[in-house]
Amino acid sequence: MKIIPHAKAAAAFIKDEPRTDWHDETLWFVREKRDKAAHGVAEWELLREWASQIKNHTLSNIDNYLIEFEQKAVANGITVHWAANGEEHNHIIFDIIRRNGIKKIVKSKSMLTEECHLNEFLQENGIEIVDTDLGERIVQFRKEAPSHIVLPAIHLKKQDVSETFHQHLGTEKGNNDPQYLTEAARQHLRSKFIESELAITGVNFAIAETGGFVVCTNEGNADMGAHSAAIHIACMGFEKIIPQAEHLAVFLRLLARSATGQPITTYSSHFQKPRKGQQMHMVIVDNGRTKQLGRADFRNSLKCIRCAACFNTCPVYRRSGGHSYHTAVSGPIGSILNPNLDMKANADLPFASSLCGSCSNVCPVKIDIHEQLWKWRQLITAEGYVSTGKKIGMKGMAFVLARPALYRFSGRMARWFMRVVPFLFKSKKLNPWYRQREMPQPPKQSFRDWYKNNNKLK
Amino acid sequence: MKVGLFIPCYIDQFYPAVAIATLELLEKAGCEVVFPLDQTCCGQPMANSGFASYSKGCDKNFIQNFSGVDYIVAPSGSCVLHIKEHLQDKDEVKATYIKRHIYELTEFLVDVLKIEKLTSSFPFKVGLHVACHGQRGLHLSSMSELMEPSFSKPEKLLAMVNGLQLTKPKRSDECCGFGGTFCVFEEAVSVKMGKDRIEEHTANEVEYITAADTSCLMHLEAILKRQGSNVKTIHIAEILNSSIA
Repeated sequence: MKIIPHAKAAAAFIKDEPRTDWHDETLWFVREKRDKAAHGVAEWELLREWASQIKNHTLSNIDNYLIEFEQKAVANGITVHWAANGEEHNHIIFDIIRRNGIKKIVKSKSMLTEECHLNEFLQENGIEIVDTDLGERIVQFRKEAPSHIVLPAIHLKKQDVSETFHQHLGTEKGNNDPQYLTEAARQHLRSKFIESELAITGVNFAIAETGGFVVCTNEGNADMGAHSAAIHIACMGFEKIIPQAEHLAVFLRLLARSATGQPITTYSSHFQKPRKGQQMHMVIVDNGRTKQLGRADFRNSLKCIRCAACFNTCPVYRRSGGHSYHTAVSGPIGSILNPNLDMKANADLPFASSLCGSCSNVCPVKIDIHEQLWKWRQLITAEGYVSTGKKIGMKGMAFVLARPALYRFSGRMARWFMRVVPFLFKSKKLNPWYRQREMPQPPKQSFRDWYKNNNKLK
Repeated sequence: MKVGLFIPCYIDQFYPAVAIATLELLEKAGCEVVFPLDQTCCGQPMANSGFASYSKGCDKNFIQNFSGVDYIVAPSGSCVLHIKEHLQDKDEVKATYIKRHIYELTEFLVDVLKIEKLTSSFPFKVGLHVACHGQRGLHLSSMSELMEPSFSKPEKLLAMVNGLQLTKPKRSDECCGFGGTFCVFEEAVSVKMGKDRIEEHTANEVEYITAADTSCLMHLEAILKRQGSNVKTIHIAEILNSSIA
């Protein structure tokens, strides 16, 4: 599949300006809700610091905590599987499905399974898998990827949803009433929950001390699935581990406030052991995480708790939409995670930022996202994933700027050309600055000229 | 107190009035100001594009020009931040001295010179654009994302200007979309961000948009001109140095 670079995909997105404004305002509304919720917690900045330190500590001792978790989980009756990559993850799940002769599966939100492309894999193998998060179900009907990790269908308006439901669920054409549409989804999903024999969920936090794990949803769909199916498979990237149950007191307070401005998710469900007759599996996945852990500059990106606050605050994300990032996890955090998975394919992402720094400020676990974007840029160009034109341009610029006399000469020439033959700069095709902006008015004198001419040299 | 005036390359070439205002402000405040004549650029355009390895020549030139002064002051938060974060040299002592003694103009006026009064006047309605690198990098003002007491060094100074009516856009500190080479490599997003900033300022019926960074203003000015708008841009140094009655 050919990847459309972010800048190009973003330009296509922005062509529909009213829709871009709507997308921007919708997500800004979520950012404002987050601000309000955070203002309600006097110790907010302290909580962020604690969360950051707990995660740093955990990452530094992750081997021990994972082993501790496995021992406790196995003792609780959970079967623990280890997957080195997405392919292994998918095969482990498929084996469980095959062994138990299962055909119908429900799955609640899990960005990890998106990262591993589980749905496509299972569908290719003849298994029906239904996403039960409402937003994810909508994009699944449309054969699209989620455009946001918390709000998967945020790129769609209710009219789009109505049309999709009309096609797939037979709802009335043109009925855009949210109440009507959610009720249709509810009835549809109920039947899927009842039919399903196996439920897949994600994991928000796994607790080394207890061998249990926590799944947070607003719709209760993880619980509906896990409680009605005979088999529960929870999938988790290994960085989701936390040492002790009491640490949830920090993370659960931060997660929903950062994500949507709610004090807590409607359901924060604790899974400890399988109920009688149920199978409970946990698949722990690496898929590049060990490599990221070994990159000193980028290891702390693994602190992420997937709240998406960085998406909602990002002025670039809000105006370019999640699909322009061409990856399962988009937005600022995606731009520092994905180059680790495939630097060449994702070489454009760290450049899809003005480096304003707002992402790092909202991050509840204090990941220095914008600084890592800068560092990825250095690594990507050093590895050669950059156009020759850009490289030559930068080299030329560096050559001029390191030589004061040449810099002054070039500056004078540039200003002279801009004054005398301004049309040279006014090509919307060749000069991206000029496409929607005027050129600056070049003065006859530079400041240095003025300084010398006005006897400022004492 | 000997102050080395650092005028970023694009200000030197395209916005000399900003540099003149900065120089005059510092001199009025009693500083001995020198302008090292062989200065060029901080190196940020290369570094932010992923070519930090190409900015060694700029680093060397910067250190040659700015060693031996007490402070270095520039009318640009972004260039100052770049020097603070990325200036490197074999001579670590010299590089470290510069990194610790380089100031953005408004923070220098407020924190070092402790200016409490200005004689300037600027009788216009002015919208304040908060430039990201000055704010989030140098902490010139409090940030809307953080739960912290509210403050602003640029606003503190603007409050001393006679006749000036200050307004703030609805989103008080959203990026304008300039972002260095981002403005050409991500042209569509960059311009959309700029247009959205401008819309919030024009909703406040401002006559001028000001900021402590010329690069943001250059970008906003370019969009305003294309739109045929009457709103003008002006660097904060020009306002603080203004005596329009």
